[in-house]
Amino acid sequence: MASYSTNEFRAGLKVMLDGDPCAILENEFVKPGKGQAFSRVRLRNLRSGRVWERTFKSGDSLEGADVVDTEMQYLYSDGEHWHFMQPENFEQYQADAAVVRDALQWLKEQDTCVVTLYNGHPLAVTPPNHVELEIVETDPGIRGDTATGGTKPARLSTGAVVKVPLFLNTGDVVRVDTRTGEYLSRARD
Amino acid sequence: MSGWRPTASVQVLERRAALLAQLRAFFAARGVLEVEVPVLGRTGVTDLHIDNLAVAGTPTRFLQSSPEYFLKRLLAAQPRAVYYLGKAFRAGERGRWHHPEFTLLEWYRPDWDEDRLTEEVAELLVSAGVRGQHQRLDYSDCFAAVLGLDAHAATDDELRARAAEAAGQPRAEWREQPRDICLDLLFSLAVQPELPAGMVFLTRYPACQAALARIDADPQGRPVARRFEVFVDGVELGNGYWELTDAGEQERRFARDIERRRALGMPVREPDGRLLAALQSGLPPCAGVALGVDRLLMVLLGLAHIREALAFAED
Repeated sequence: MASYSTNEFRAGLKVMLDGDPCAILENEFVKPGKGQAFSRVRLRNLRSGRVWERTFKSGDSLEGADVVDTEMQYLYSDGEHWHFMQPENFEQYQADAAVVRDALQWLKEQDTCVVTLYNGHPLAVTPPNHVELEIVETDPGIRGDTATGGTKPARLSTGAVVKVPLFLNTGDVVRVDTRTGEYLSRARD
Repeated sequence: MSGWRPTASVQVLERRAALLAQLRAFFAARGVLEVEVPVLGRTGVTDLHIDNLAVAGTPTRFLQSSPEYFLKRLLAAQPRAVYYLGKAFRAGERGRWHHPEFTLLEWYRPDWDEDRLTEEVAELLVSAGVRGQHQRLDYSDCFAAVLGLDAHAATDDELRARAAEAAGQPRAEWREQPRDICLDLLFSLAVQPELPAGMVFLTRYPACQAALARIDADPQGRPVARRFEVFVDGVELGNGYWELTDAGEQERRFARDIERRRALGMPVREPDGRLLAALQSGLPPCAGVALGVDRLLMVLLGLAHIREALAFAED
């Protein structure tokens, strides 16, 4: 893998740091009047999801990480692993709970999501930004109440709990933004 | 093709033109002579932290990172107050506050020392529209207040440990770093963000941060650089010295830089022989300062990125 010098650091670049693949989020050039220049870098550790802040001397370099984002179809879970398939070649990958993490509450069979592969193995799963899921449990809807703006918790088929408007019922399908966990609208049926 | 438009707004360009006119009027009223010195020189600088842009051709020429050496040669020939307001170039400096091609205001005052020059810098900044009083702070006092460390007396290992911690890196990474680089890191990451708002002159830098300033003993007998930096609202705008005039000492500092460049595998830059000859012939005692004009405009107008201060920032 190529190595990258601080002047090549850009948001999105994948590099190795402390043995873990990381994505650069931000690179700020810092230089005191007559002194050494530095790169103040924010990186996301792709294994843990944690954000690190590191400062490097200008000209330091980091090894690139073999990390590829690939669109895959979510197939099913056997309880221990979550199975994904690359639609072009039908190649299947399995990911454990540590990899799927927060994505699991949004994963619906057949949906397309992004699986991040590190050295060919799943490292992280990103659900689609918007998903449509069925309400499996919520208080009975208040008929006609579309105006008061009140909300109530609703459990969705994947297990996620989101706040929905009062008029919705069990069995309704809702559209949710997975990045914020917010209800967007009732899905058209 | 897109991307052809200016990066600064018309309003900013109008304010920029007014600022340049104001700076020239300030010096005209004080009898300081404007001099256009070359931006292409035979040599670059030996400074480890400044990378000159080399221009292909025979012989290779270097875009000047500041007009300093030419202005000092002028002073050695004729001791009168001079200034340069124009372009300077530094390779690889890119960021919110940096652009490889930038506008520098640099001036020299024969017979003044750096303390007297700070007063004139404050007057210039006020005339340009910076508001409020200025204060003078000691580098090591600020360092101690923020980090609880004595910038002069702390051991190299103490500084390395604190620098590694501030950088978020394992200590081993900083085991061999020289003292001045540790100070640079700690200052930029920890001390500078805590500087008070308004105009601040930071003085009495540790001797290892002297660059081209004279080194003297402070009242406590510690060797300090006769150097200052000026900040407005925490943004570094300029750097000044009571200038080194000793040709022998200048030659030794050049040689030390070159040796360190070799050891680090950096490109080796020839020392400027004409500057050394000028110093040998006699540079009058003088103080000099360089101010970043694009940054001054940013501070005055509250601009978020240097490209907004430049008619055409590089793509």
